[in-house]
Amino acid sequence: MMNYAPGPSGGPTGGPSGDSPDVPDTPAVRAADLTVVRGPRTVLRGVDFTVPRGQITGLLGPSGCGKSTLMRSVVGTQAKVTGTLDVLGRPAGHPDLRTRIGYVTQAPSVYDDLTVRQNLDYFAAILRPGRAAADRRREEVTRAITDVDLTSHADALAGNLSGGQRSRVSLAVALLGAPELLVLDEPTVGLDPVLRRDLWNLFHDIAGRRGATLLISSHVMDEAERCHRLLLMREGEILADDTPDALRTRTHSDTVEAAFLHLVDEAIAAGRAKETTR
Amino acid sequence: MSATTTETTAPAPARSLTASRTLATAARVLRQLRHDPRTIALLMLIPCLMLFLLRYVFDGSPRTFDNIGASLLGIFPLITMFLVTSIATLRERTSGTLERLLAMPLGKGDLIAGYALAFGTLAIIQSALATGLALWFLGLDVVGSPWLLLLVALLDALLGTALGLFVSAFAASEFQAVQFMPAVIFPQLLLCGLFTPRDNMHPALETVSDVLPMSYAVDGMNEVLKHTDMTATFVRDVLIVAGCALLVLFLGAATLRRRTT
Repeated sequence: MMNYAPGPSGGPTGGPSGDSPDVPDTPAVRAADLTVVRGPRTVLRGVDFTVPRGQITGLLGPSGCGKSTLMRSVVGTQAKVTGTLDVLGRPAGHPDLRTRIGYVTQAPSVYDDLTVRQNLDYFAAILRPGRAAADRRREEVTRAITDVDLTSHADALAGNLSGGQRSRVSLAVALLGAPELLVLDEPTVGLDPVLRRDLWNLFHDIAGRRGATLLISSHVMDEAERCHRLLLMREGEILADDTPDALRTRTHSDTVEAAFLHLVDEAIAAGRAKETTR
Repeated sequence: MSATTTETTAPAPARSLTASRTLATAARVLRQLRHDPRTIALLMLIPCLMLFLLRYVFDGSPRTFDNIGASLLGIFPLITMFLVTSIATLRERTSGTLERLLAMPLGKGDLIAGYALAFGTLAIIQSALATGLALWFLGLDVVGSPWLLLLVALLDALLGTALGLFVSAFAASEFQAVQFMPAVIFPQLLLCGLFTPRDNMHPALETVSDVLPMSYAVDGMNEVLKHTDMTATFVRDVLIVAGCALLVLFLGAATLRRRTT
């Protein structure tokens, strides 16, 4: 990420920067007029947003507002996506991105009939195949298990773990291979306050020291305070794309929750105004 | 942790079929089964028990046991692998692990080949046990080589795996997946020549049985039963079963979608 060519050869090329994925100035995710249709419903309605690199961007909004669909679009598993969506300098879903993005779905997606370590061993073997990488894989697996604080349960079957522990196994899988972008769909649901604090510390560590970008969804507004930037969503639209501080200042609110409610009221009022003028 | 170290050993890119990813997948499927010893025991013992039962049901007519027994040696692996695979793949879909894998650099071919390899291995053990029991303890009278019986059994197992992978794409729940067993397997069972020779059937049914792969599986077994050498018919039967298995595996791969609604 930091190794763009310096020196004389690195002068201005003049060409479009679309095919140079490692230019640090480009945001990790850039969406323009992004629309997703699922069955009869339009889940995302022409949204625009950017996710800056090396930061934690929180995606907040009530259940069913389109957070998961937006994340699936970024990861490239969502069908019927229209508009522009660039991820790490490539169109979303590009095969090159499959090793560069870590993704955690809302429901833990791990094998219940394997132990924690066996789960991670398998996914690590998919990311870095071959016997030559065996040592590196073992290192990564051990580190991921330590990161999510499951060392004492490494040899337990995932199916025998509690819900919170299973979702941490799922998170550990996403940490394998040191991805540049982590997309986490409600990673802290059902966790106790201590674990939630520890995980948020881990997220900040991943962003700060490892330089990765995180896109984290939540419907718990107090977690918003721990993000660098926020995307507030409601009914398939993005109400705000700003820092927590700027949001509170702009809406004269004490908390992000109050700011969100303020923006929702504004949006409803604007909708009514549009209807009456029609 | 500097950016350059991650750069030099960046994860390997995606390709449609890589040996190490296929092997890792097969090992994972077998590892999952190892945590479920009861399923393994059922897989291995039920065909043997059925053959044992059959032997004494036809105690007075050993010729009938020879005919039906040889056919069943081909049918068991097909049915069991069909069931196991369709449920396993359905679980992979509903647990979200399939979506996760397809968002990773795993080729669809890796997944399909991994499953085929894992269940093919199980099928070899299952068929070896059943064939061994039938030939040496139950007195099944086979003229040809037992290795050819094993070969047909293995191909049948692959066909079962392929069909299971394919139909699991159309099952939204375990209930539906189990119902595909009678829907896909029973008609073939009735028409494959197990109950009555195929040329005794109504001509329309005979034509239908001509295009069903299980007919050739049973036919191949009967060729081994009656002939010492590999006959031309046997070679044809084996090729047809293998071709069908491959075709259905490709169809199964086509049902795996990286993007879903």
